[in-house]
Amino acid sequence: MYSKEMLESIKKVEATREERIKAVLAGNHPRRMTAEEKEQVLLENHPDHIKEQFKELTIGPNKGEKVPLELADLLQANPRIKPSEIDLSKIDYDVDVLIIGGGGAGSAAAIMANENGADVMIVTKLRHGDANTMMAEGGIQAADKPNDSPAQHYLDVMGGGHFKNVPELVYKLVNDAPICIKWLNDLGVMFDKEPDGTMVTTHGGGTSRKRMHACKDYSGAEIMRVLRDEVQNRKIPVVDFTSAIEIIKDKDGKAAGAVLMNMETNEILIARAKTVVIATGGAGRMHYQGFPTSNHYGATADGLVLAYRAGAPLLYAHTLQYHPTGAAYPSQIFGALVTEKVRSIGAQLVNCDGEPFMYSLETRDVCASGVIRECRKGKGVDTFDGGKGVWLDSPMIDILHGEGTIEKRIPAMMRMYLKYGIDMRKQPILIYPTLHYQNGGIKIGENGMSDVPNLFVAGEAVGGIHGENRLMGNSLLDIIVFGRNAGVNAAKEAKSMNAPEGLTLGHVDSFIKEMADAGIVTDKVSPKLLPNYARKV
Amino acid sequence: MENMVNIYLYGKKYEVPSNLTIMSAMEYAGYQLVRGVGCRCGFCGACATIYRIKGDRELKTCLACQTKVEDNMYIATLPFFPLVKQPYDIEKVKPTEQIMMQLYPEIYACIGCNACTKACTQGLNVMQYIAYAQRGEYEKCADESFDCVMCGVCSSRCPAEITHGQVGLLSRRLTGKYLSPETQHLLERVAEIENGDCEAALQDIMKKTAEELKEMYNNRDFEK
Ligand SMILES: Cc1cc2nc3c(=O)[nH]c(=O)nc-3n(C[C@H](O)[C@H](O)[C@H](O)COP(=O)(O)OP(=O)(O)OC[C@H]3O[C@@H](n4cnc5c(N)ncnc54)[C@H](O)[C@@H]3O)c2cc1C
Ligand code: SF4
Ligand code: SF4
Ligand code: FES
Repeated sequence: MYSKEMLESIKKVEATREERIKAVLAGNHPRRMTAEEKEQVLLENHPDHIKEQFKELTIGPNKGEKVPLELADLLQANPRIKPSEIDLSKIDYDVDVLIIGGGGAGSAAAIMANENGADVMIVTKLRHGDANTMMAEGGIQAADKPNDSPAQHYLDVMGGGHFKNVPELVYKLVNDAPICIKWLNDLGVMFDKEPDGTMVTTHGGGTSRKRMHACKDYSGAEIMRVLRDEVQNRKIPVVDFTSAIEIIKDKDGKAAGAVLMNMETNEILIARAKTVVIATGGAGRMHYQGFPTSNHYGATADGLVLAYRAGAPLLYAHTLQYHPTGAAYPSQIFGALVTEKVRSIGAQLVNCDGEPFMYSLETRDVCASGVIRECRKGKGVDTFDGGKGVWLDSPMIDILHGEGTIEKRIPAMMRMYLKYGIDMRKQPILIYPTLHYQNGGIKIGENGMSDVPNLFVAGEAVGGIHGENRLMGNSLLDIIVFGRNAGVNAAKEAKSMNAPEGLTLGHVDSFIKEMADAGIVTDKVSPKLLPNYARKV
Repeated sequence: MENMVNIYLYGKKYEVPSNLTIMSAMEYAGYQLVRGVGCRCGFCGACATIYRIKGDRELKTCLACQTKVEDNMYIATLPFFPLVKQPYDIEKVKPTEQIMMQLYPEIYACIGCNACTKACTQGLNVMQYIAYAQRGEYEKCADESFDCVMCGVCSSRCPAEITHGQVGLLSRRLTGKYLSPETQHLLERVAEIENGDCEAALQDIMKKTAEELKEMYNNRDFEK
C-alpha cells in the first residue's frame, strides 16, 4: 500500500511511460555511461569509496591493508575459545574431508569429494540449505550459445571486476561454466528452456551476450534443493546447527580439522580431517555502513575470520557489492532483493518525476551509485524513517512482453509484493541499494587451496575471482565451478595422506599474542555466527 | 507512537508494533532466534508457523518472515517436522510411475481432503500436484510444485502422511534430467571445450595487457 505522496509520484511515472516504451521499442534505451562518467559516479557515491568507513588492519597476513570497520573489528577480535581449555585428543568426528558450510559451494564440494572416494562430512550453522544460494533468483552465466564464447565471457568478467580479477581463476570460471551447467542439468535442475531444448537466456548487468540461464526466479533455490537432495541420496553426513569457530592445524602447520560449536547447546566438538573446505558464504548480516541486506541470517563473514586467524591472506576484502535494487518499501521487506531480472526483462529505473535517469543495466556498482546520486540530488521518493528510493517501473514488463510475463518469469517477486498489497504488474516498486555480496575474500590458487596447506575455500568466501565487482550470475556459477574443484582436490589430497597428527591450536595462541603485542584491547569475539536482532528488554 | 497489537508467542502475551512480521515481532519481544530462521525472505522454508486468531476456530499456517502480525494472534513456530526422505540414485531411476510407487507409495492413500492445498504457505495447488505424481505425470507435477519451499506445513496437516515436498522434488529432478528436451548448443559447447577448441582464444585474451583488455572491453559489441 503506497502513501499519498508516493501515489502522486506514480502518476508522473505513468505519464512518461508510453514515451519510454516507444523509445525502448525503437531500440533507444537511456544512454550507457562513458568510462569516465562511470568512474566519477563511483568515486563520488559508491560506499566502497567512503574513507571513514574503512580501517587499517594492524595484525595478521593483511596487516597494513584497509577493510570495512565492522570487518576489521572481527578480524582482530578475541577467539570464542581459550586454546588451553580445548582437549584436542577427544575427537568427536574423524573424516577425510571436512566441509564447513552447507550452501551451494559446500554441497557441490561434498558431492565431488564423495564422488572421488573420500569420506566427507558437512557442518553447517543453520539447516542444510539455509544459505545465500537458496535465495538467488536471477540466474547463472555460461557461454554456451553459438554467438558466445568462453573468451567473450572472460572479457565481461574482467571488465566487470575492473580488471582486478585473478586471471587464472577467471579462466577456470568461464571455461568450466558450460560443463557445470551440464552437470546441474544432468542432476535434474530444471532450467528454463524453449520447446526445442534451447536455453532461455537473458542479459544481466555488464554482459555483452545473453548468457544468463535461469530456473524462473528460483534459480538458486532450484540448484540448492537439487544439490541438497543429492547430498542426502549419497548419505553424506550433515551436522546441522553446528558452526566451525576455529581451524585446527597439525604438527606441520597444515589444516587438520576444526573446533565446532553446537548452536543450541554451545557444546564444543572436535572434528579431525585430512583436508578442510571453507564454504561459509558471505557477510550481508555484518550490515556494513548500516546498509540493510539481501543475505540470509547466517551471512556473517565467519570463514574470513577462521582463515585469517589460521594465517591465510585475504584478497579485496575492502570491496562489497551493494545491489542497486533492494526493496526500499514497505518496511517489512526493507533490503530484500529485487532481482536484476526485473530490469533484464524490461523495467526501467525512474526518478520521482518519472524521468529515466540512467541506463538500467549498467554494472551493479555503477547502477547502485547512480541510484544513490539520484536520491542525493533530491530526485528520490521518501520511504520511511528518513529513507529514500527510486522507482523501478515494473508494469513496463508486461506491456513490452505481453500480459502474464511477470507472473511467468518472476513469480517470487510478484508474490513478495502482493503480500503487502502492491501489484507490481500495475504499479511500479520502490528500490534502494542493499548490501548484497562479498566481492573479496580468502585468496586461493587454481586448485582451490588457500595459502594454508590443506585449507581449501570455495564460494562467496573466496576473493579474487570477481575482482572488485561481481556480475550477476557469476556467483552461482563460481560456487559450482570452485565448489566442485575444491571437492575434487580436497579428496585427492586427503587420499594421498595418513590421518593428521599433533593437532594444535598454536596459531590461535599466536594470534592472541599478536593482538596483545599490537595493543588491541576489545570485548568483541569472533566469528560472529549470528546477528543480534533481539531487542534488549 | 507506533500502532501496537497484542500477540501470543507460544501462549504468552507480548505487545508489539503492528507493522512487524511475525519473525521480527519475536525479536522485538526479545527472542534471539536460532531455530526457525534462514533466508528471512520467503525462499528457504525454515520459518513455518501455525497461528490462530482469537475467537476464530481456524488454524492457519504461514511463513513467519513473510507474514505481518495481527491483533490477538496466537503463534507457534514449526521449525522442524519429522519428514521422510527416501534415498535413490538419480542415474538409475526412470521417470515411470514405478518409481513413485516404490519410494512414496503413501501418495496413493490420498483421500482428497485438500488440507495440504489449504495449508500451503506458497499458495500452491498441492493436492493437484500429488494427483499428477500419482499418475506419473511428472512434468505437470514439476511445474505445479515448482515454487515449493519445502517448509513441510502441508505434510503436518495431511491425514495420509504424505511428504509432499519430497514428491515434488523427485518429480522435478526426473523432469529436469529425463523429460526436458536436450540442449544441443550446450552439448556442442561442452564437446568443444573438452576438445580444446576454445583454448586458443582464451590463452590469447589472457595474454592481453590491462590496457589492451580495457580497450577491448570498452568497445565490445552487444547482443541486442
Ligand atoms: C538474495 C540473493 C540473490 C542472489 N542472486 C544471485 C543470482 O541471481 N545469480 C548469482 O550468480 N548469484 C546470486 N546471488 C549470490 C549467490 O547466491 C551467492 O553468492 C552464493 O550462492 C553463495 O554460495 P556459498 O555456497 O558460497 O554460500 P551460502 O550459500 O551462503 O552458504 C554458506 C553456508 O555456510 C554456513 N556457514 C556460515 N558460517 C558458518 C560457520 N562458521 N560454520 C558452519 N557453517 C557456516 C551458512 O549458514 C550457509 O549455510 C544472490 C545472493 C542473494 C543473497
Ligand atoms: S507444498 Fe508444502 S512444503 Fe511446499 S511450500 Fe507448500 S506447504 Fe510448504
Ligand atoms: S492433505 Fe494429504 S490426503 Fe488430503 S488432499 Fe492433501 S495429500 Fe491428499
Ligand atoms: S526464513 Fe526463509 S522462508 Fe522464512
